[in-house]
Amino acid sequence: MTRTLTLMRAGFDPTRHGALCALGGILLFNLLVTPNFLHAQTLFVNISQVATIAIVAMGMTLVISTGGIDLSVGAIMALSGALAPLIFLSEFAAANPTLGLVASIIVPILVALCCGVFNGVLVSYLNVQPIVATLIFFISGRGLAQVMTNGNLQTFTNPSFSYLGTGKVLGLPFQGWLVLLIAVVLYWMVTRSVFGRQLLAVGGNERAARLSGIPVHRVKIGAYVICAGLSGLAGLIVVAINSASDAARIGNLMELDAIAAAVVGGTLLQGGRAPIFGAVLGAVIIQLVKYTLLANGIADEVALIAKAGIIIAAVYLQQARKE
Amino acid sequence: MTCAGFFRPGGHSFGVWVVLVAMILFGLLRYENFGGAYNISSFLNYNAMFIVISVGMCFVILTGGIDLSVGSVAAFTSVVAAYLSPYGIQVALPGAVMAGLAIGGLNAVFVVLMRIPPFIATLATMLGAKGGALVISGAQTISIDWELNFTKLGMEKAFNLLPWTIVITAVVVVGLWIVLERTSLGRTVLAIGGGEDASTMMGLNVNRAKIFVYVLSGGCGGMAGVFLASGFGAGQPLEGVGWELSAIASVVVGGTLLTGGMGSVGATVAGALLLGLVFNILNFENGRGVISLSAYWQMVIRGGFLFVVILLQSHLARRSKGATQ
Amino acid sequence: MTDLIKMTGIGKSFAGIVALQDASLAIRPGEVHAIIGQNGAGKSTLIKILTGVYRRDAGDVQMNGTPLAITTPREAQDAGIATIYQELSLVPLRSVTENVVMGYEPRTRLGLIDWKAAHARTREILARFGVDVDVTRQLGSYSTAIQQLVAIARAVSLDAKLVIMDEATSSLDDQEIETLFSVVKGLKASGVAVLYISHFLNELYQICDRVTIMRDGQTVATHDVAETTKLGLVSEMLGRDASEIQAAGLTALSGGHGEPGEVLLEAKGLRSKSGLRDASFTIRKREIVGLGGLLGSGRTEAARAVFGLDALSDGQVRHHSGAALDTPAQAIALGMGFLTEDRKADGIIPHMSVRENITLALLPKLTRMGAVDRERERKLVAHYIEALQIKTSGMEQPIRELSGGNQQKVLLARWLALEPEILILDEPTRGVDVGAKFEIQSIIRKQVADGLAVLLISSEFEELVEGADRIVVLQDGRSVSELQNPGITEGALIGAIAHHHERSAA
Repeated sequence: MTRTLTLMRAGFDPTRHGALCALGGILLFNLLVTPNFLHAQTLFVNISQVATIAIVAMGMTLVISTGGIDLSVGAIMALSGALAPLIFLSEFAAANPTLGLVASIIVPILVALCCGVFNGVLVSYLNVQPIVATLIFFISGRGLAQVMTNGNLQTFTNPSFSYLGTGKVLGLPFQGWLVLLIAVVLYWMVTRSVFGRQLLAVGGNERAARLSGIPVHRVKIGAYVICAGLSGLAGLIVVAINSASDAARIGNLMELDAIAAAVVGGTLLQGGRAPIFGAVLGAVIIQLVKYTLLANGIADEVALIAKAGIIIAAVYLQQARKE
Repeated sequence: MTCAGFFRPGGHSFGVWVVLVAMILFGLLRYENFGGAYNISSFLNYNAMFIVISVGMCFVILTGGIDLSVGSVAAFTSVVAAYLSPYGIQVALPGAVMAGLAIGGLNAVFVVLMRIPPFIATLATMLGAKGGALVISGAQTISIDWELNFTKLGMEKAFNLLPWTIVITAVVVVGLWIVLERTSLGRTVLAIGGGEDASTMMGLNVNRAKIFVYVLSGGCGGMAGVFLASGFGAGQPLEGVGWELSAIASVVVGGTLLTGGMGSVGATVAGALLLGLVFNILNFENGRGVISLSAYWQMVIRGGFLFVVILLQSHLARRSKGATQ
Repeated sequence: MTDLIKMTGIGKSFAGIVALQDASLAIRPGEVHAIIGQNGAGKSTLIKILTGVYRRDAGDVQMNGTPLAITTPREAQDAGIATIYQELSLVPLRSVTENVVMGYEPRTRLGLIDWKAAHARTREILARFGVDVDVTRQLGSYSTAIQQLVAIARAVSLDAKLVIMDEATSSLDDQEIETLFSVVKGLKASGVAVLYISHFLNELYQICDRVTIMRDGQTVATHDVAETTKLGLVSEMLGRDASEIQAAGLTALSGGHGEPGEVLLEAKGLRSKSGLRDASFTIRKREIVGLGGLLGSGRTEAARAVFGLDALSDGQVRHHSGAALDTPAQAIALGMGFLTEDRKADGIIPHMSVRENITLALLPKLTRMGAVDRERERKLVAHYIEALQIKTSGMEQPIRELSGGNQQKVLLARWLALEPEILILDEPTRGVDVGAKFEIQSIIRKQVADGLAVLLISSEFEELVEGADRIVVLQDGRSVSELQNPGITEGALIGAIAHHHERSAA
């Protein structure tokens, strides 16, 4: 009994039953209507597409659970996605291919982490509202990426780097496994670790958390840093999938997808809850809706309206349950 | 505080006026044509839509809410205006504004009746309006015949003085300033941001005021859509991306608390002008040929600018907090 | 005489849980009427039905003999019922004038607000209460007392026939309470009825004419105050026998009997931006040190400074270990705990379970390689639920579902679980019903006997006088004198506070 309760509150939130039903509905609809839905190819396409949303959504979930929000995720994706090819296409990387490859993965993520520290410090130490604090990178981050690349499209052929987005493990896309790994680690963190407990406490009642000796500032910065790091990783994956990097497009509108996925997954906007697997589920639903409409010849634009409907429905259900 | 005028020395928003004046002085001294009629007119003409949506956004933020849909609403209504333009401006303008009001009304239903957090509700209408704009336009810009009287909005001068766009903007700004400072509805908007429960307990009509701000913001988005269509001579379904954040930035730069309860229309206009001036001055600087910054730098500089303003505000807030204790 | 307000047979339930059942209330014109009852007795619910915040499920409300149908607070105001709630129902960010005239602004001929007239009217009304402030300034820049008076001014300006005051004095000091009482008497003299809700029984005898007692969602009785005794009221509130209560005493702290040990903490010449000017005191093992003084004398501020919450501009806090003490985290690491005054804002984490709330401060000590040691955690929590008799359906129940008294016990457990050396208790029994209060006091006393040192802040003189071994009297941020138990009486404490008052006045 206590065990199921813990599970319910940490990951398997009751509000998610709605999400599960929605998922079932979409799958059923596809089985009946969409041609060739039960094809391995369909699975691959969807997994490789959903991975970036899911990764960012998990980070977003952590930030929202502290009562914050991170609008800069898309811009940070662009930043790291623009950096990676710059590094492995440089002369240094031509001379040291292995080192270059490693640097092209590590440096962008480090830069992303720094952005997270920046966001976190503004929100915690300077007490700036999260929407405003992350607005700074939202506006300027993509600009920086474009300045670095002069706004050019960078194309490349680098199989080792592209493995991030096109590789397969046990027949399934590499990034799918990555999502699973990250989800398990974060789930453990939220439910079992001290940091996770502190995170939820800060989101639940910041003043009480501070009085109980919890390092509120550090916990918040931690959430923004993790979110930014995951965004950086997602940026690399997008670039790897396309073997091309366009700073104007990488992660465009990702903040909306990530927030939507987190909310559909049962994250409370007020904070205090971080359903990690919920975020993944939310990402899957959003991706499947997009796919379903596309596969049935319905324009991309209508998918936007559908997404809007899903968000409203999900939050309304959450709200109705509470009252 | 109560009979605060447009300018409010010592208030939360004093800094924005100082910086604005400083930047204008800088521009006047440094660039020859900065103070010229052409620059002023085209600057205001271009920024009119941002001013209008920022003022609408200001009202929403004053209640402690937020409206992320304004950019998409402008895109959507610019398409509506373009389709209606053959019937003349007397149909296209009200039609587009009505479309904006309707989307604002939808936001109000979500936020007030369904109790969905404003951030999420308007996020959804943002996606929906964007989708709607793309659907009705077929994802194409809808060009407007330059012969039609609709496009004169941005070019023809009212009473041979100022372009209509600027006149309309001025009327909207002054009208809303009066609403906020001198009417019961405006004071209710401020009270809600200061404490929604307390406002209810005081017997104020909280729901009516909240519905008002979202509908108003939608209407402002609609007006901006009209300006957009007339300025470019086309309905622009792909425009409006990031406008909501520019508007929020203007409101914040103007010293309005994002949590609501304090702020003013005048300072918001100043904030919008300030952010617009950054571009304007950058253009002049590029024009002098000393430095050459790509358009991408503008975004970086804007972000940097926002950062500085935020630092200043946070510093000021700390100081004033220390003083009262 | 027709009753001004007559509520009969009122029933109300929330999500199937009955809050009111056949409750009734009758208020006569121009009387001061009190409602008392334990937490959860249904006082607030009854009032919120009267003021249109909630809708009743059953029953009848009449005003001057005619049925009253109120569905919103606005309608209540228009009918002449004004309410001043426990949590101030004003908007601190807006000006004093706005808070008084909001919703009823004077207009110019154009239909716009006439600010000049509004300011003038506000000044005039406030002057009646002897309040002279800049009405254009933010309300929040004034003291709670003035805010409270502004709330009353608003009520009066609306030509109220009934003014409801919900815990109006809980954040006022004695002088401010006096002002408030004179305002209440003034209202009464002008024929306005006042409905007065308070936890402080003493106040009833000072200003109230009649009292209605509620228990478990029902009205137990209504008496003329003059015909009641304090003991009688308490026994009716509790539903317990009067003699039983008397035998137990009114509090369970009984200080002054133990033998205090060595000095654990010494505060010297504390000065801070938050209002401390020169506060000094020591805390020793096995004793309860009370901080006495009026509201605003620096009691809570002193506690916050000792716990590392507010920065000191001068003076020092010396812990016996010699370690630095600048943040709550450091204080906790040194074996200190701080049970705060505002349970909701500073204490509970509503979404979290009883278990997670209890172990919150203990987390660093429950860590095994970055993870929470769940087995130890459960054992510990089970122990405290048992020891403190916390009424909960299980340790996984969210704390927000518990009653006020049980929430307070959970928070007490949070600090006791640390096995602290020093525990700061700021109003440990405020807003807690009488039964739980007694239990909490016994727990504290037992812990002190086992060696705990307690710094106690309480607005209830009884708790302080009976409970503390020593009382340090604070005045305007300065420690002015110290009283030693046994031997402290309420009169002595009041004298110590008042004595200094006179001196500072001279």
